[in-house]
Amino acid sequence: MKFKISAIFTIIILILLFSSAYIVDERKQVIITQFGRPIGDAIKEPGLGFKVPFIQQVNQFDKNLLEWDGDPGQIPTLDKTFIDVDTFARWKIVDPLKFFQTVNNVNGAQGRLDDILDSAVRNFISSYPLIETVRMTNRELDTFEVGIEDIKEKNPLGEIKTGRQKITRGIMEQAQPKLEKFGIELVDVKIKRLNYVDEVQRSVYGRMIAERKQIAEKFRSEGQGEARKIEGDMEREMKRITSEAYKTAEEIKGKADAEATLIYAQAYGKDPEFYSFLQTLDIYKQSMGKDSSLVLSTDSEFLKYFKGYKGKE
Amino acid sequence: MAWDWDKLQQQKKSRQGGAPPQMDEVFEKFKNMKGKFPGAWIIMALVIILIIMYSMIYTVAVDEVGVVQRFGKYVRTVPPGLNFKLPFIEKATKVKVRYVYKEEFGFKTLEAGIRTRYASETGFLDESLMLTGDLNVAVVPWIVQFRIKDPFNYLFKVKDVRSTLRDLSESTMRLVVGDRSINEVISKREEIAAQAKELLQKELDEAETGINVTTIEMKKTNVPEPVQPSFNEVNQAIQDKEKMIYQAKEEYNKLIPQAKGQAEKTIKAAEGYALERVNNAKGDTSRFLALYEEYSKAKDVTKRRLYLEALKDVYPKLGDKYIVDSQMKNLLPLLNLGQTTGNAGGKK
Repeated sequence: MKFKISAIFTIIILILLFSSAYIVDERKQVIITQFGRPIGDAIKEPGLGFKVPFIQQVNQFDKNLLEWDGDPGQIPTLDKTFIDVDTFARWKIVDPLKFFQTVNNVNGAQGRLDDILDSAVRNFISSYPLIETVRMTNRELDTFEVGIEDIKEKNPLGEIKTGRQKITRGIMEQAQPKLEKFGIELVDVKIKRLNYVDEVQRSVYGRMIAERKQIAEKFRSEGQGEARKIEGDMEREMKRITSEAYKTAEEIKGKADAEATLIYAQAYGKDPEFYSFLQTLDIYKQSMGKDSSLVLSTDSEFLKYFKGYKGKE
Repeated sequence: MAWDWDKLQQQKKSRQGGAPPQMDEVFEKFKNMKGKFPGAWIIMALVIILIIMYSMIYTVAVDEVGVVQRFGKYVRTVPPGLNFKLPFIEKATKVKVRYVYKEEFGFKTLEAGIRTRYASETGFLDESLMLTGDLNVAVVPWIVQFRIKDPFNYLFKVKDVRSTLRDLSESTMRLVVGDRSINEVISKREEIAAQAKELLQKELDEAETGINVTTIEMKKTNVPEPVQPSFNEVNQAIQDKEKMIYQAKEEYNKLIPQAKGQAEKTIKAAEGYALERVNNAKGDTSRFLALYEEYSKAKDVTKRRLYLEALKDVYPKLGDKYIVDSQMKNLLPLLNLGQTTGNAGGKK
């Protein structure tokens, strides 16, 4: 019997112990409420804690980084392009007490964040041209393929004065003061996705196609131009080679002719008479044959002995 | 192979069949022992000790570390191997710090292997479609590989690390692509991957996710499907351009060496002509000079000899010969000049 009483007593103690002890996880922070009314400050330090059993309650809140995924939908930019923007933000519960009193839990907070952030995103996106939201720096783009330098314009879409990072920072700075009263700290806001709405997308595709066609055409005519140039080069080269060869050949020949003439002149100059005599004889030998007829007068040198050997003298 | 399979099945059966009876036996024994008073308590104590032991001992695999919390508060990180903790009040979470995790964006691997299959790209256009810096649209799929660098941060600092990583990765990639032209997006993937990795790592560090990005690998970046044909046309045009140039060069290379050969030939021929001309001249003149030397010694007789020798050569070869007295004039009308020699010969 004694054993049974002590057992029951032990069990009661245990129950009391378990219902008064609570654990604060590394990821959590806790607010103790008594009949729904918060007691004391939030407990942010992880570890074991104790409370009055049954009448006090533990309310846990996340201490770590939380996410918000927004859906502001279609927004017109300053240059009247409709885009779909998908944003997300990361936030923390910095003041659990305020948080608990104003929005109660994470779901409630998400609703407030939707209201505040979506409208901030809309405000900012619609007060800048699209390019400011897309780009982050004024980095020079390699817009066209290599070789089409002449079409290239510098910053054809305009100078970037703000850039995406500053826009998102702006959104955050606008939203943050409104969130302070909920005990929420916004860590950052970012644009996850950014796309043209369908109709705009179609016309953008059309523009892209036209742009490419023009580039293709440019390449083709460049090819033709290049080919013509090579053909021209070839023709010139041909002419050069042929004419140079002709020139050299004639020079060589001329020089040889000159040399031969000199040689002949030097040799034959010794006795031109004898030369013409020899040459004439050669010509006789070469030019006269059985096709030639000869009429000889009797007083020719050849026939001078024909009529008698005494000769005239 | 067949017996292998059978054996395996048998083993399985014996294992399955073996376990429950053992458990039953334990219970049976336990019940029996309850009757005998002290024995039952010992068994119960043993069971409790076993349970406590079980909750004290845990193993951490080689690629993991264990993060231990006492009453929810972080107390220590333990290395791989057999480890102990206080029962019930301490909790160990194992974190794979060596394992390389992978997140895919804009596509999904259905079946990895030698021939990896991917789910159709169109289903993931939401993720991969993005605006480029020249306000064109590109399809950019990529992979982020990461490891858990800091298990403490990984476990405690961010509520949903995976979705944070995915969101940050998407926003970073769009930031990088947004600052590049469509051409750069298609042709300079390495550069984009490098910048995205750097930016993403910075974001992840700021968010205290405890994640270390090992690589960002870009998959094939492209333009949206409706625009692809026109991009291919540009590639085609580049090929065409090169082809035209090569064709022209081919013609050039075919004809120019020929012309060069021809030129060479012309020059060589001229050189030949020159040699011939000069040599002939030299030959002619040396012959002449030799002759002349002898001639100059006895001019008259040599001249006569030469003359007569020539005549001796020439006369026999001649056709018709007419001898006319020097007093006779007007011989020509008698001769039928222009008639063939045959006729003339006939008259003779």
